Amino acid sequence: MATTTERLFGKAIKRREDPRFITGRGQYVDDVKLPGMTYAAFVRSPHAHARLRRIDATGAKATPGVIAVYSGQDVQVGGLPCGWMLPEIKVPVRPAFASGKVRYVGEPVAVVIGESAYAARDGAEAVNVDYEPLPAVTDAKRAREKGAAQLFDEIPNNQSFYWTIGDKAATENAFKGAATVVQQPLLNQRLIPNAMEPRACVASFSPGTGDLTLWVTSQNPHVHRLLMAAFVLGIPETKMRVIAPDVGGGFGSKIFVYNEEVIACWVSKTLARPVKWTADRRESFMNDAHGRDHVTEAALAFDGNGIVTGLRVSTHANLGAYLSTFAPLIPSFLYGPLLSGVYKLPSIFCEVWGMLTNTAPVDAYRGAGRPEATFLLERLMDRAARQLGQDPAEVRRRNLIPKFTGGTPYQTPVAFAYDSGDYEPALNRALEMSGYAAVRKEQEVARRNHRYIGVGVTTYIEACGPAPSAVAGSLGAGAGLWESGAVRVHPTGAVTVFTGSHSHGQGHETTFAQLAADELGIPMEQVEIVHGDTALIPFGMGSYGSRSACVGGSAIVRSVEKVKEKGRKIAAHLLEASEKDLDYADGKWTVKGAPDKAKTWGEVALMAYLAHNIPQGMEPGLEATTFYDPSNFTFPFGAHVAVVDVDVDTGAVKLLKYVAVDDVGKVINPMIVDGMVHGGIAQGVGQALWEHGVYGPDGQLLTGTMMDYAMPKADQLPNYETDRTVTPSPVNPIGVKGAGETGTIASTPTVVNAVLDALSPFGVTHIDMPLTAEKIWKAVAAARK
Amino acid sequence: MKLPVTVTINGQTYKHEVEPRLLLVHYIREMVGLTGTHVGCDTSQCGACTILMNGQAVKACNVFAVQADGANITTIEGLAKNGDLHPIQQGFWEKHGLQCGFCTPGMIMASYQLLERFPHPSEDQIRHQLEGNLCRCTGYHNIVKAIQWAAEHPAQK
Repeated sequence: MATTTERLFGKAIKRREDPRFITGRGQYVDDVKLPGMTYAAFVRSPHAHARLRRIDATGAKATPGVIAVYSGQDVQVGGLPCGWMLPEIKVPVRPAFASGKVRYVGEPVAVVIGESAYAARDGAEAVNVDYEPLPAVTDAKRAREKGAAQLFDEIPNNQSFYWTIGDKAATENAFKGAATVVQQPLLNQRLIPNAMEPRACVASFSPGTGDLTLWVTSQNPHVHRLLMAAFVLGIPETKMRVIAPDVGGGFGSKIFVYNEEVIACWVSKTLARPVKWTADRRESFMNDAHGRDHVTEAALAFDGNGIVTGLRVSTHANLGAYLSTFAPLIPSFLYGPLLSGVYKLPSIFCEVWGMLTNTAPVDAYRGAGRPEATFLLERLMDRAARQLGQDPAEVRRRNLIPKFTGGTPYQTPVAFAYDSGDYEPALNRALEMSGYAAVRKEQEVARRNHRYIGVGVTTYIEACGPAPSAVAGSLGAGAGLWESGAVRVHPTGAVTVFTGSHSHGQGHETTFAQLAADELGIPMEQVEIVHGDTALIPFGMGSYGSRSACVGGSAIVRSVEKVKEKGRKIAAHLLEASEKDLDYADGKWTVKGAPDKAKTWGEVALMAYLAHNIPQGMEPGLEATTFYDPSNFTFPFGAHVAVVDVDVDTGAVKLLKYVAVDDVGKVINPMIVDGMVHGGIAQGVGQALWEHGVYGPDGQLLTGTMMDYAMPKADQLPNYETDRTVTPSPVNPIGVKGAGETGTIASTPTVVNAVLDALSPFGVTHIDMPLTAEKIWKAVAAARK
Repeated sequence: MKLPVTVTINGQTYKHEVEPRLLLVHYIREMVGLTGTHVGCDTSQCGACTILMNGQAVKACNVFAVQADGANITTIEGLAKNGDLHPIQQGFWEKHGLQCGFCTPGMIMASYQLLERFPHPSEDQIRHQLEGNLCRCTGYHNIVKAIQWAAEHPAQK
């Protein structure tokens, strides 16, 4: 370990990527412009469910500037693959273009290629499609009922899978012996991700070499390449290069392989010209994978002392019309195993129906399964507190898993073994920062004056960096869950780091440079981070599940250790000293007891390349690659508190205070972690109060623009007060846990519980999300009757 | 049918023949080649395309290029002078007011007008003035801090 005078690990260093973004010089996919470029516009289904009878492109082909029109009959590529299998799962074929039937509004039916984006759009409007509309089903529970519309002949009752976890008999026993049972039907509504940059791609096929280059808004370019080359396009990976340049946010929605980029690749090869497609926001609403959409029955059992003894969960998960890339994983292994939360919960049973409906495919969205589990558990804990007549913070405290930081994991009844945890200090700190006792007093006084303040408290667990690969494989993963990190030391001692993680807002160019420079004891300016290009990086699984630091960062650190190890051998050779007699600090090796005998990092790097005087038998050069496969997930945790003021005459909610105390393990850059927590909180508040992807009963998407789908705005949100406790993870060499999703996971139940706490004088015990002013007003009005 | 437009963008004059339906944001991105101005929605909610047109912050997806004939426009690329960042740009950097960077140009241009209207804005004024610009990454917390920083470090006129 380098003992530099001032460590970079843990420092709030300003981001190195910012200068290009604040001057308008970022390079996003839509900024790519190639000679001879053509533009794609898609014709999409206006029906949720219909037979596709005829596509007439005559008018489109006659439109000025239109080059070609293609539909399912023309495009010869494989279906879009699903990358996670569950036992007895039924996976419908998902063709790149709808074939025979359309199954959701927005499903691509044809593509028009034009000399300009405007010409392509003109052409798309001139394509005539003859549909025979069919009855549609949009609700996961109704999709299972007799008489519901059937999406696929080969998938009876629209049921893709039935999945369970936990011990049913033990859980039933817990309920039989319970002193108190708390139950609540819960809706975890559909959300639409809305990264600010719409999805886009540029496909460029070179007829001379047969090479295909795809620029695409991707969180994981290598996964994109693997799935597209092997399963869809049927070409060797060596003939395909995927570049994910600057990407404007992802939140899950840019993990997956979508129709548009597949079709753009095929068209580019067919026309031997580059093809660009950029979604307009309406297309993003219709065809980006959505998130959440669970209908759940859940119950908690307590003994006579307020100790929780059992949890029973039954969920219908809406998967949409087809299985998106990782769709089956989200409501199964990223959901059920989180249901123990931070609580000692002796028995849990969870069953999930994975249902196909006439809606856009549903897949990972920030948190992905974990927010659904946390919302469920924290809503029930709050209902329990009210039913038991106890303080919600105290009900939680009484049931917390005791501290375990000695390296022995905590085994839950639902598969997970938590890495390390010390939950009570975070709760205490959050209560202290929010002035909990004082707010409760203020609440009392306010209520007497007909002002309704509410407090919500959440303690939560999160699971980051899904691992290890062998276990994931046994559970159905079609991919490994390791990460690569390559470190190339140049003759001057400057270092290029090639990471398989992808940054689309997370600031890897800064944090990974901090990590590498810190380990090497050299200035950050000598470290360059390269990501997002399959031609440059050995391989990569990309960024999702808050895995970049704990898996990607660990891979980099391992490679740095390897080049240092080789450097030490060279230094020892040059200094004519034994390796064990060398110290490394501040970028140089010194001989113990003779500090003037030293070799700098730069001198050693140069000698590695000159190779004039290196140990006999040693290869020249100085670089290393690591494929780091962690032994377990990491488990961040924390406690959040929200204070709200509800105007019961209008239903308006004002967030007065939001406190987040998170434990994400060791922190590389606290400024960046705070920023991710802030953004996560806003997204979670959005789910609690405003956001809802709504389909009408006929399958029309009623929230298809930002006019209809309520994105959180600056004037609706407060400043957030954040703090941390630090419980290092024993799983990885740097002790980090993961910080990308905690805010979203915790804030939704925190705010919902706060609002319902405010309404408790009216006897309102539950309102389904989002808790809009209208719903709150109606609930209060009904209670007042 | 095409119509002539002459616009001055970041101090440089451009002349083109354009379709009357061409949106100003597409003109700036595709014909002038300044790609710092972004398109994030179709309905004028997100504000990623905000520019200054004759000193006013406007959403360039809501203006036809022909309507900008004769106009003086500043885009994000024109804000830094002689290599020195504008205080708003500096504020976004200092206070970590951006993550993915996609909404940032629009946020900065909207903030420019905000600080012209309210050189010493309250937090409420900042949040209200940003109501027409969406960010999905930051939860707005650090964007507010960035603008406060800029207000405390005004540009040398």
